[in-house]
Amino acid sequence: MSATSAVLHDDHAEHGHDATENSLFGFWVYLMTDCILFASLFATYAVLRHNYAGGPTGTELFDLRYVFVETMFLLFSSFTNGFAMISLHKKDRMATIKWLFITALLGLGFVGMEVNEFTKLVTEGNGPDRSGFLSAFFSLVGTHGTHVSIGLIWMAVMMGQLYFKGITTATTSRILRLSLFWHFLDIIWVGVFTVVYLFGVI
Amino acid sequence: MFQSLLFGKLTISAIPYENPIIMGAVGASALLTMMTLGWVTYQGRWGYLWREWLTSVDHKRIGVMYLIVAGVMLLRGFADAIMMRFHQAFAEGAGHGFLPPEHYDQIFSAHGTIMIIFVAMPFFIGLMNYIVPLQIGARDVAYPFLNSVSFWLTVASAGLVMVSLAIGDFSQAGWTGYPPFSEKEFSPGPGVDYWIWSLQLGGVGTLMTGINFFVTILKMRAPGMTLMKMPVFTWTILVTTVLIMLSFPVLTVALALLTFDRYLDMHFFTNGMGGNQMMFANLFWIWGHPEVYIVLLPAFGIYSEVVSTFSRKRLFGYNSMVYATVAIAFLSFIVWLHHFFTMGAGADVNAFFGIATGIIAIPTGVKIFNWLFTMYRGRIEFTTPMLWTLGFIATFAIGGMTGVLLSVPGADFMLHNSEFLVAHFHNTLIGGVLFGYFAGYTFWFPKMFGFRLDEKWGKRAFWSWLVGFYLAFMPLYALGFMGMPRRLVHYDNPAWQPYLLVALLGGLVIAYGIACQVIQLVVSIKNRKALRDHTGDIWNSHSLEWSLASPPPFYNFAKTPHVESLDAFAHMKENGIAYRATAPYAPIHMPRNSWVGVALGALTFNFGFAMVWHIWLAAAASLVGMLAAVVLRASDEDVDYMLSAEEVARHEKNASAQGASPAGLANDLITQG
Repeated sequence: MSATSAVLHDDHAEHGHDATENSLFGFWVYLMTDCILFASLFATYAVLRHNYAGGPTGTELFDLRYVFVETMFLLFSSFTNGFAMISLHKKDRMATIKWLFITALLGLGFVGMEVNEFTKLVTEGNGPDRSGFLSAFFSLVGTHGTHVSIGLIWMAVMMGQLYFKGITTATTSRILRLSLFWHFLDIIWVGVFTVVYLFGVI
Repeated sequence: MFQSLLFGKLTISAIPYENPIIMGAVGASALLTMMTLGWVTYQGRWGYLWREWLTSVDHKRIGVMYLIVAGVMLLRGFADAIMMRFHQAFAEGAGHGFLPPEHYDQIFSAHGTIMIIFVAMPFFIGLMNYIVPLQIGARDVAYPFLNSVSFWLTVASAGLVMVSLAIGDFSQAGWTGYPPFSEKEFSPGPGVDYWIWSLQLGGVGTLMTGINFFVTILKMRAPGMTLMKMPVFTWTILVTTVLIMLSFPVLTVALALLTFDRYLDMHFFTNGMGGNQMMFANLFWIWGHPEVYIVLLPAFGIYSEVVSTFSRKRLFGYNSMVYATVAIAFLSFIVWLHHFFTMGAGADVNAFFGIATGIIAIPTGVKIFNWLFTMYRGRIEFTTPMLWTLGFIATFAIGGMTGVLLSVPGADFMLHNSEFLVAHFHNTLIGGVLFGYFAGYTFWFPKMFGFRLDEKWGKRAFWSWLVGFYLAFMPLYALGFMGMPRRLVHYDNPAWQPYLLVALLGGLVIAYGIACQVIQLVVSIKNRKALRDHTGDIWNSHSLEWSLASPPPFYNFAKTPHVESLDAFAHMKENGIAYRATAPYAPIHMPRNSWVGVALGALTFNFGFAMVWHIWLAAAASLVGMLAAVVLRASDEDVDYMLSAEEVARHEKNASAQGASPAGLANDLITQG
């Protein structure tokens, strides 16, 4: 009898707690592969960053103050995302939704500013087809922006799931992963800010 | 306007109906597809196929489906190969072969792409899908649903390559697709786009498979199975998944940047405007060289299992085998530049990459000696898997040595882009990779279907492949020394022709070998009753997959095994604790099948096709559809169920009564008659 219950317990443990842990671990691993993806883009940018082909240089194009505000949007969104996680651990559904919403707004602000910057560059004739440097710039920054946008869609879905399903094992696990994703994009942005914008105007 | 919205660049003239060779191939493929579909309809098996196979998230079923994809694509890739051999054999001087240059170029591009991405990859992914969870005592992979998605992405991208035959054309830029030739300026057609999207979308599937199996092996091993008690095949797969995760994102980037160049007029790899073509070569080979080991290491794992089983000995030097695998994986990331020594990076850089390349021979040599020492004083049984292994050891040693020769930058300057290189990498990829997969296929076939493959036809296949390989590729080494470049559609040197005729003969012998393999499969299915394995351990082997019935029940292990030693099952047999009655059982947590994988595959195919032809509306719709499918899946709470202990007991009892489990294809075939 005791052997049976031990087995049952074993099996239960294997598929309740471990499933969340496995998916979290798997997501970490995925983020590392994403890191390689960004590393390749950074490397490409590093190789092409002086290939202006007679076009404008970074110094002429980048407005550090603008990018700093943009950066603040993203960094603060990570901060509010932290509050969402605290509310999640307190099992406070509405507060989690509220903080996720604020995070999403800040993220939207970031993406909006980036789209605005891109539009301005393109309309001035300094689009990604202008030079190797600008191709690399748009692709690196744009890939990050696309990631953030996907994160925003994910956030919207999670707000919906929280609202309709509440804080369950599944939703908790997903929000944990979303949070990892969001912080990861922050770290990548710090790299972008430094390598692209700061090095660009020096 | 309206037409371009609906069809993009696609017009009726995209179908090469004026080319009899292509239309013949299209007709044959269509006919075979129709016959298969018709047969399934005639048998009334669509429901069964959909419920039990296409929507399956069972790693065993997915594994078998991967193997089918690999087999089908092998036939296509080989058809390309034999066409090239025929053409080159008669393309000297006044002779011009039978293929126009633009068609010949597509054939060698498709051959390389297909053989690496759609034969080698699905072949080992199929084997590892089936075997790895069984070897580590797990009930499934970490993410069964993701596994299904990966498979369907692979199918979608293989489908894109096949469709390129009928609609439009394929890339003429070789399987490496180097710019600037692959840029829009020089390849404006849809060919390169087909190449890009099939590699890109299939690559995403492979990356997810890599993550899936990495987590599976690290997190889901049976209690007691420490890393150094894992079977060598599982070890090689673990290292392979690391290679996949580190290298495939780089391929994604390389292809994406080329896509940006072609679709958005960017200047990553263009002539002028700040483009840099060598950046593509670097990125491509930072993926491409590890990719060589991604397909090779699993084969090494298979040889290790086979050699020890059929020498009736433990594998010699298990630890050194593991360390050698890891060493090869590490080295595979610091040799990429040897694919373009002529880039002009300078003597120091070339020397570094040359030496790093040469050093790979050391861990590989360790492995070769381990296999030899395993056989030393063993009681060797010359079964088909063992023959493939022996053929490999001899052949691969030659391929490895020519590789070391090429690693010397000075020699490489002379030999690169020559037939010598073609001979070298076929020497390693056929003699190293493919022989291993064939060994694994024969070795594990009885585990998958409950009956073994016919030995007589298997041995015929082996000898034909072996002899055919040497006839087909040894002349190419000589041709390389004689200065013949690769990929020639026409040549004016009569001295080359005799060698190419011998190579053609070799290709025909290989064709006979492939025919033997097809016959072997048919004969074995016909004689399955006589070939039946009731023990589940037909070769008297050592790892946990053999402790189960053949084929294993859908939940794999009724009870999770406890592992006490390396070669866990051999240990159990020696200590009389294998096969002991295991009741009472506990309920088993099982994933439910899902249609979403198939849907994502279909949408991915649609997306790829729409992108190739610039049908933006359809591409956007496919993306939205994918997003919807993922969100739908994420809202579905009914993704798993508990298999009750009574049901497990019933299945186990059935299995022991029949000598095999009720799950699996073999039994279905038998009950049908």
